Amino acid sequence: MKLKRILPQLLTLLFIVLIFGFFTMNAQENMDTRGIQFGFGFLTQEASFDIQFSLIDYDGSHSYARAYLVGLLNTLLVAFIGIILATLLGLIVGVARLSPNYLIRKTASFYIEFFRNVPLLLQIFFWYFAALRALPMPQDATLLLGSSFMTIKGLYTPAPIWTNFDIFFTTLIVAMILIFFFVKFAKKKQEQEGKQLPVLIISLAIFIGLPLLTFLVGGVDLSFSFPELRKMSQSSYTFDGGMGIPPELIALTLALTLYTATFIAENVRAGIQGIGKGQKEAAASIGLTPSQVLKLVIMPQALRIIIPPTTNQYLNLTKNSSLAAAIAYPDLVLVFAGTAMMQTGKAIEIVGITMATYLTISIAISLLMNWYNQRIAIKEK
Amino acid sequence: MFKYVKQLTSLVAMVAVLFAFTTETMAAKKSKTLKNTQKKGFVRCGVSQGLPGFSNADAAGNWTGVDVDVCRAVAAAVLGDANKVKFTPLSAKERFTALTSGEIDILSRNTTWTLSRDADIGLTFVGVNFYDGQGFMVRKDSGITSTSQFKNGISACTNIGTTTELNMRDFFNSKGISYEPVAFEKADEVVAAYDSGRCDTYTTDKSGLAAQRTKMTNPDDHVVLPETISKEPLGPVVRQGDAVWEDIVRWSLNVMIEAEEYGINSANADMMKTSENPQIKRLVGSEGELGAAFGLDNDWSLRIIKQVGNYGESYKRNIADTGILPDRGPNQIWTKGGLLYVPPAR
Amino acid sequence: MNSKNLDLSKSKIQINRNTSLIIGILFFFLGIFDFCLNNFLGTNITSFLPRFINFFTPLIFGVIGLHFIRIEFSGIKFLDSLNKNINPSNFNAALSLCIIFLIIFSLPPLLNWFIFDANISGDTKEACTGGGACWVYIKVWFNRFMYGMYPNAEQWRINVTFVAVLAFMAAGFFVPAKFRNYLSLYYTLILPIISFILIYYLISGGSFGLEWVETGAWGGLSLTFIVSFFSLIFCFPIGMMLALGRRSDLPVVKYSSLSFIEFWRGVPLITVLFMSAVMFPMFLPDGTYVDKLIRVVVAITLFEAAYTAEVIRGGLQALPRGQYDAAKSLGMGYWKLHIFVILPQALKLVIPGIANTFLALVKDTPLIFVVGLLEVVGMLNLAKTNPEWLGFSMEGYVFAGIIFWIICYSMSKYSQKLELKYKTDR
Repeated sequence: MKLKRILPQLLTLLFIVLIFGFFTMNAQENMDTRGIQFGFGFLTQEASFDIQFSLIDYDGSHSYARAYLVGLLNTLLVAFIGIILATLLGLIVGVARLSPNYLIRKTASFYIEFFRNVPLLLQIFFWYFAALRALPMPQDATLLLGSSFMTIKGLYTPAPIWTNFDIFFTTLIVAMILIFFFVKFAKKKQEQEGKQLPVLIISLAIFIGLPLLTFLVGGVDLSFSFPELRKMSQSSYTFDGGMGIPPELIALTLALTLYTATFIAENVRAGIQGIGKGQKEAAASIGLTPSQVLKLVIMPQALRIIIPPTTNQYLNLTKNSSLAAAIAYPDLVLVFAGTAMMQTGKAIEIVGITMATYLTISIAISLLMNWYNQRIAIKEK
Repeated sequence: MFKYVKQLTSLVAMVAVLFAFTTETMAAKKSKTLKNTQKKGFVRCGVSQGLPGFSNADAAGNWTGVDVDVCRAVAAAVLGDANKVKFTPLSAKERFTALTSGEIDILSRNTTWTLSRDADIGLTFVGVNFYDGQGFMVRKDSGITSTSQFKNGISACTNIGTTTELNMRDFFNSKGISYEPVAFEKADEVVAAYDSGRCDTYTTDKSGLAAQRTKMTNPDDHVVLPETISKEPLGPVVRQGDAVWEDIVRWSLNVMIEAEEYGINSANADMMKTSENPQIKRLVGSEGELGAAFGLDNDWSLRIIKQVGNYGESYKRNIADTGILPDRGPNQIWTKGGLLYVPPAR
Repeated sequence: MNSKNLDLSKSKIQINRNTSLIIGILFFFLGIFDFCLNNFLGTNITSFLPRFINFFTPLIFGVIGLHFIRIEFSGIKFLDSLNKNINPSNFNAALSLCIIFLIIFSLPPLLNWFIFDANISGDTKEACTGGGACWVYIKVWFNRFMYGMYPNAEQWRINVTFVAVLAFMAAGFFVPAKFRNYLSLYYTLILPIISFILIYYLISGGSFGLEWVETGAWGGLSLTFIVSFFSLIFCFPIGMMLALGRRSDLPVVKYSSLSFIEFWRGVPLITVLFMSAVMFPMFLPDGTYVDKLIRVVVAITLFEAAYTAEVIRGGLQALPRGQYDAAKSLGMGYWKLHIFVILPQALKLVIPGIANTFLALVKDTPLIFVVGLLEVVGMLNLAKTNPEWLGFSMEGYVFAGIIFWIICYSMSKYSQKLELKYKTDR
């Protein structure tokens, strides 16, 4: 009996060890023949290449490790913006999909069916190579919203210039903590006394009012620098000042948002449809207004159904952002597993580090979701 | 007594056979790549994905170019027929791994010879078949005639992971100009980005600039600026660890150059067999035993000259006559003022 | 007296209702007319109003019109359904109008570009004279987009192989009931071997008098299908083993399956492809060279196997414990139990999930162009930069988009149908 359990495990173990051993031995032998060294020492070497777009201070004299950090931050930036926009769009489209209005419903479903069934790479290519390349040169650019320019070289918008930003930032954090405690307090009050405080209005007041106060008394100031056209040669112009957002970032975020929002919209629809009609009727029968029904009864239950697959979509969006390697957006894959790998030749180390990074992000999000699932799981009797 | 003679003879015979056998296998064993190539029947050559003048395929799938001719020379030397080559187009990213992994045996892809590439990644450069330098291309209507007119904020398109990217940074830093690097993986994407106006300038080796200009919508709208900002010696590359194969490739290229130095070309190579100059006779194989050092027969250099031509013929038909770079510049024999000076084949 | 009052008021309501209907229709069409004038003819009948309001006059007219049309229970069937669907409230009316305007705004230029101004006859770039799409470009390059660089004369081999593989796949549905038990064995073992042999001998060639075509020349849509089919067929058995391993109670087996699955699900496909193209050759003995296409297919297969394993695991979990207990009580061992009782039922449950995985696989295949294999998107990029045909990138992308959309949409509709069919079965 015991043998029946031990034998398969032993065989599996042997199999795994054999495969790994075979690979490692070959790799070692190949590297010896070629004279390649295995090691992570290259990370402290000077990178010698510049990166087009970086959130932190970086130029070619920094190390490969810092280049890795720049790539990672760029990936997280795209993921962050994409997640926010995709969630918003997905919510709107998901709710629109259930609207009683025929036109709205059909438009939403047309959007979902269209953008879901075209490969993401093709969408990215279309936006970058076809759509954004058709934009005008800086000198012919049209004015958007009074001070932004959409050109073939990017979107140039006014850039904020802060004085005493840290005071503003800490006030913001303090405001969020206050709101968190206030919400908890309001919930406890509701459960004990049945009274509802106008949570939304008060939270908004705190969130907006407190930081605004710093402008008056904290010495915080905000001004804008506007993009101005400057002539570089007889036919090429550029914008000085302001913030220049590269078209690569815009194309990638646009494509990722439109693609992922379709899946989120389907999840939202499934979530809302999954709430039995009995819930709505029971809530109405105890005298709740429609908006109260939505807020107190439908949404909490719907969220339970919506959030797990949506978190999966967030993960997919982060992984799909690696497609930036196909257009020139300097994310982790392009900067580290592209340029750095080609300059140093350390393929195994670099691809290993890249995969480990994505793996860490995925596992972190999975663990977070498991914890959330366990917390909100309906305790069945 | 006779018995001992018989035993001794058989022993001597055995030793002789063994010795002959081992020397032949030793020569062949010395180069696994040579043995594999002879067994497969073709040379595996890694080239670019389409650079006119260096390695470019026409609609029927025939490859031409100076890099292509290096591989054809090796095929003529080793297999007897210059057409027994299989060309594998490679991007800048996979070119070195294709070589180290054994997918190809020669990388002839306008690759710049640098220290880190030679020493760090298990490869060996075996010569220079094109002396080049990095330059910039701009639109004619921009009015820019020299790199000194570059202003802050200029956007420059190039390929990722190349020496171009690094040199560009050094150049702009030395001038104190802030620039925006836009780097793509495929050369075609770089050209498209520059052509559409996304970038103000396109930078790569000057030969590459001249070649890619032929692929743009209006080639006459663009001009290559006169300044050269770096040294780019381009040459073929092989794997480290196979010394005989290294030598074969190195000397195939050298033979092409030295043949032009002595005035031997594909038309008069046979007649040169009766020349009075001993070096010419060595190059066409009528004197000396040079081939044996590689394990090849003695006509190896003659085949190269007859089937592929000397360096000048290769340059003329691929680069000069197609209008890419009519002036040979530094790619001229040293006796005529150029940089092509190779060790003597003797 | 009362009835008379009622009569009067009823007719009053009648009059009010009719007038309001007429006013409403008038305003509605005025709004649309205004919009068309603004958009297509550039004229403006309300130019005397300030700029800001001028922009919104079509919308305002339309909303007013719809407000008047909104009569509950009018008795006219068309009007009622219109009101219920498009016009339940003012806000909804405004939204509906925006959508109608959007359609009017975008449809004519699109139709122009696609059909009316487009060129389809001719063979060279000069034939594209209109301002619309140049379908000549697609026509000339069609063979390349479908078959890649495969020699024209040999393309019949690819067609024959596909028909044969499809036939073998469909054959599973027509077997007599006697052999139904062996269906899972057929799909997981025999079909992959047959497909591999077919592709090796027919498409690759080299024996039986067929010319050898190297894998670097395979490309286009046929390559997309080859990679997808191969990956699907091979990831199925591997996924099944992984799912079974994940559910086993032997710790070594369970945790190694778990780590394998989580590893492949956590990394993006593009890094997997880089690994196969760049790292993989280092792990093989010196001198052995594995064809790039095989390496890529192996990488994609292992990647998809992890996702398939999760789908199959879902199916296995959905089976009631009773099945296991009943089979065990009949004295079946582990393997017999699974092959004859559990897997056939579980697989029926997960067919929609497998179809979804296949759909995702087809949408992921364009990525292989980053490692140099030229399937549809790669061929597009190649054609786009050919010096004779510069400037037609839009047509190329639209064409590829349409092809993929047709394939993916039909597959997703089919999988939805399957899901409904198998849901009712249980």
